[in-house]
Amino acid sequence: MNASEQQQPGAPFWLLAELTYKCPLQCPYCANPLDFAGSGAELSTAEWIRVLQQGREMGAVQLGFSGGEPLVRRDLVELISEARQLGYYSNLITSGVGLDEFKVADFRNAGLDHIQVSFQASDEEVNNMLAGSRKAFDQKLRIAREVKAQGYPMVLNFVTHRHNIDQIDRIIELCVELEADYVELATCQYYGWAYENRDQLLPTRAQLERAERITNEYREKLAAEGNPIKLIFVTPDYYEERPKGCMNGWGQVFLTVTPDGTALPCHSARMLPVEFPNVKEHSLQHIWYESFGFNHFRGYEWMKEPCRSCDEKEKDFGGCRCQAYMMTGDATNTDPVCSKSPHHNLITEARQKAELIGSDVQPLLFRNDRNSRGFCKS
Amino acid sequence: MSGDNQVYQLNPMFRLQWEQAQDCFVLLYPEGMIKLNGGAGEIMATIDGERSQQQVISTLEEKFPGAEGLADDVREFIGVALEQRWLEAKPV
Repeated sequence: MNASEQQQPGAPFWLLAELTYKCPLQCPYCANPLDFAGSGAELSTAEWIRVLQQGREMGAVQLGFSGGEPLVRRDLVELISEARQLGYYSNLITSGVGLDEFKVADFRNAGLDHIQVSFQASDEEVNNMLAGSRKAFDQKLRIAREVKAQGYPMVLNFVTHRHNIDQIDRIIELCVELEADYVELATCQYYGWAYENRDQLLPTRAQLERAERITNEYREKLAAEGNPIKLIFVTPDYYEERPKGCMNGWGQVFLTVTPDGTALPCHSARMLPVEFPNVKEHSLQHIWYESFGFNHFRGYEWMKEPCRSCDEKEKDFGGCRCQAYMMTGDATNTDPVCSKSPHHNLITEARQKAELIGSDVQPLLFRNDRNSRGFCKS
Repeated sequence: MSGDNQVYQLNPMFRLQWEQAQDCFVLLYPEGMIKLNGGAGEIMATIDGERSQQQVISTLEEKFPGAEGLADDVREFIGVALEQRWLEAKPV
């Protein structure tokens, strides 16, 4: 390995603003950290505006407003306006709880480009819809129609897991009835609360194959009908033999700022035994190009075998550092998803568990303040 | 084969934007970005929902005199852009 392989990274095209950890829901598949309740005070409006300005100066284009539930922030319209003035393409990633037709219009007037509404498939509301309850459905339909009427692309994100993936036909039909432009049928990734609840959430291989087959059938049917709806199906990497090139590489494209200002190369990196900078103390420029945390896993020098000599390392960067850390205790290890990893058994064991899981498993741990405090260091 | 009289417009789900930091035009859509090379960017920027395909060609020929095969390049690119749904035929 020669020193010139350590190149200066490009611009952070994708800035994720996690505005808050507050959320009215308690989704057991949330990717937020387990110890979010111990997080510091939220950034102020002025602090967020400074982050947005600095990001744009560096060339960030895609901006996500997320959390927790971003709708909880009272300054959301102001932040959206600022984003528009700066020239970002802004995405609001929301559960939709608290969203009404007026807010949809307000956000549009402020310049929001896209609203992604996630369905909580274990939510009673959605179950009612899947079961055919008109009231719950009508409310979502009203919002969906308003989203379209305001000229947004209509994007629905449906989190799938073992308890709902078998109903994927009904889920797709629901999204078609809501007149979505894009539908993301995403098996959740296992970080944060989702990792804690993984055994309860991971579908079996057979479930995934069936769901993918049904999705393909719907794609064909809808295309034949001339329906331009786009169905995107995302499988968990636990059923692959090679890991994903996580985030397109550490500190290459994505920059996340968490509610208390800690800057991370991905939303889960705070769990790593690596120090990360805070926007209250440093400019985004310094954070991205010079900070210890962001440089820590750039390039290939940090790799151990088998990654170090692997001819695929430039494709997947050895996979996900967080996953390697969570599962093997060492963030420099190969992501266990890779069949070349000496820890690949951890993945095959998880798949086997999914086959055997019965009704006597531990109950889901719901994402809330009280449960989170149990994970905080005193 | 797209007709020279047809007026095209950007699919409202996309936004075309000049990115100084990347020195090119980009197409932006939910959570995504498509970088357009020089020629593609110029063509997309000239398509305004008013000009017909022929007018787009003429405008670009004026801007880039001496560029060989420009008309065919424009037609070909518009074909691709229609397939990708970046562009749509303007409804009458």
